[in-house]
Amino acid sequence: MHGFANPARFLRIARWLTPALVLSGLAMAAAALAWGLTGLPAERLQGDSVRILLVHVPTAWLGMAGWSAIALASLVELVWRHPLAAIAARAAAAPGAVFAALCLATGSLWGRPAWGTWWVWDGRLTSMLVLLFLYFGYIALAGAVDREDGSSRIPAIFGLVGAINIPIIHYSVIWWNSLHQPPSLSMGSSAMAAEFLIPLAASALGFSLLFGGVVLARMRAILADAQAEARLRRKALEA
Amino acid sequence: MREALDQWTFVIAAYAVTIAATLVLVGWSWLAMRAAERRRDAGRGK
Repeated sequence: MHGFANPARFLRIARWLTPALVLSGLAMAAAALAWGLTGLPAERLQGDSVRILLVHVPTAWLGMAGWSAIALASLVELVWRHPLAAIAARAAAAPGAVFAALCLATGSLWGRPAWGTWWVWDGRLTSMLVLLFLYFGYIALAGAVDREDGSSRIPAIFGLVGAINIPIIHYSVIWWNSLHQPPSLSMGSSAMAAEFLIPLAASALGFSLLFGGVVLARMRAILADAQAEARLRRKALEA
Repeated sequence: MREALDQWTFVIAAYAVTIAATLVLVGWSWLAMRAAERRRDAGRGK
């Protein structure tokens, strides 16, 4: 694993992997969403609003995956002092926040016709909103630490502590009474018909590839800024 | 009497907000990466 900690090696891989992930993600997500709009039949109970699941489920998954990535990178940073781990955690924060916000927005747009309300303060929706606020807190904290040359261990600890919310989001529909339905998908079983499951899987894969491409692009930006700043500091010291 | 909601309005709104936000995120990240790498390379004298 430490082999990939070398920024030069990372950049060699990221240079071709970033456009590959972005382009394949755009193509797959566009195809899945076109399928959702034109190829899916209306569902017996939910009607046409079932099509919203093709954007709601991937954004929910990526909102949670983004924080899981922050927590994992934070652990690697704290334990192994991996030089790219802090950069990876910071790069995952903004896309994670965008997808968490999209999950809440598309959930509201699904809830209004399905439940008759935009919002309820139940376990799933509230814990997802808490996740969005955690993202805002992490972005603000990491930005302040970088500006003030503080210890990068502070946002890493925040990233690890915030991960407690991920199982709360997942199990909220099991632990508490909720308008939100229980998980439709679990390891090895699905309550969804294949005609919905296949485009949903394609959409989730497409958005995940895009997420990966965006995180790599943001890592390259942070790394390039750090390299430019280090060069300026060296020049200032030599002068 | 409650008026029936047109579900397609909500479907189109959900797809539009997701597509717009995703494209802004991808474009913003890509342009920020290109600008940062240009600054770094300019400093190297490339």
